[in-house]
Amino acid sequence: MKSKIAVIGDNESVIGFKAIGFDTFSPEDDSPESAKKLLRTVANDYGIIFVTEQTFSKTSEIIERYKDAPYPAIIPIPGKEGPTGLGLSNVKHSVERAVGADILFNNQ
Amino acid sequence: MAVMQGINPTRMELSRLKKRLVTAVRGHKLLKDKRDDLMKKFLELVRRNKELREAVEEKIMDVYSGFDIAAAVMSEAALKEALLLPKNRVSLEISSKNIMSVETPIFTFSDSSSSEDLFTYGFSDTSGELDASVAALKIITPYMLELAQMEKSAQLLAQEIEKTRRRVNALEYVQIPDLRDTIKYISMKLDENERGNLSRLMKIKDMMIAEARKKDA
Repeated sequence: MKSKIAVIGDNESVIGFKAIGFDTFSPEDDSPESAKKLLRTVANDYGIIFVTEQTFSKTSEIIERYKDAPYPAIIPIPGKEGPTGLGLSNVKHSVERAVGADILFNNQ
Repeated sequence: MAVMQGINPTRMELSRLKKRLVTAVRGHKLLKDKRDDLMKKFLELVRRNKELREAVEEKIMDVYSGFDIAAAVMSEAALKEALLLPKNRVSLEISSKNIMSVETPIFTFSDSSSSEDLFTYGFSDTSGELDASVAALKIITPYMLELAQMEKSAQLLAQEIEKTRRRVNALEYVQIPDLRDTIKYISMKLDENERGNLSRLMKIKDMMIAEARKKDA
């Protein structure tokens, strides 16, 4: 199946990804609503959506909904402000969900 | 003891429940094996996922700092203009792989340009840092896709493991004990009926013998 790759985040973070051919989107303003609206529209057309951690934390309800579907894969990447640890804690959540306890990170 | 409701203590029911118990035990064993194997695959995957994520995050931050320097040297408008119209098109092909009956995605991508053809701007009015950052970003693209694939697979596997674990637990702690208890209840009830019947027959026999003696006398 053919699909596309999107990057969602603030303008400064995503501008570089445009150069290598990803489609980039930025929410209109800082409110969670506009970020959610944007993600909802993008989710239907793209196979992989990289979302900056700042936007990721605003849209967690929508992302939760796509978690169990085979696609789109919504993957957090660090934004311009630097990694907040959200990406890794996302992996940690998967481990906790599967194993019932965190056995990989040892409460780092 | 949790005996199932609405079950008649009959031989029919007993043999039906025994069949169900056999199926449940077999299903429990199979699901347990599935869970263990899924878990093994998941842990392997998630361990690599963690390493890859750390590496990719670090690389992305390097790229960002490159862009920061470029943005500092150039005007914002010039930077936007330089990157506005990408020449490179990345197309993504999604196929799927079956891991223990979990459909996990496989991402393969192809882009239209070679690495020399990457830049969408003239070199005269852009800074060198920008070239380096764009090139570096292109290099990490495959890693980002691998990360996406791994992370999505890990999420899907985690979901499947959770589901399987619930089923195993439901069978192990509810379904199978309930079936055992009900089977025991029915067979005890049937035995009880049998004994009741036997003692009644013995009593009647005694009464008949007593009556026959009375007649003889």
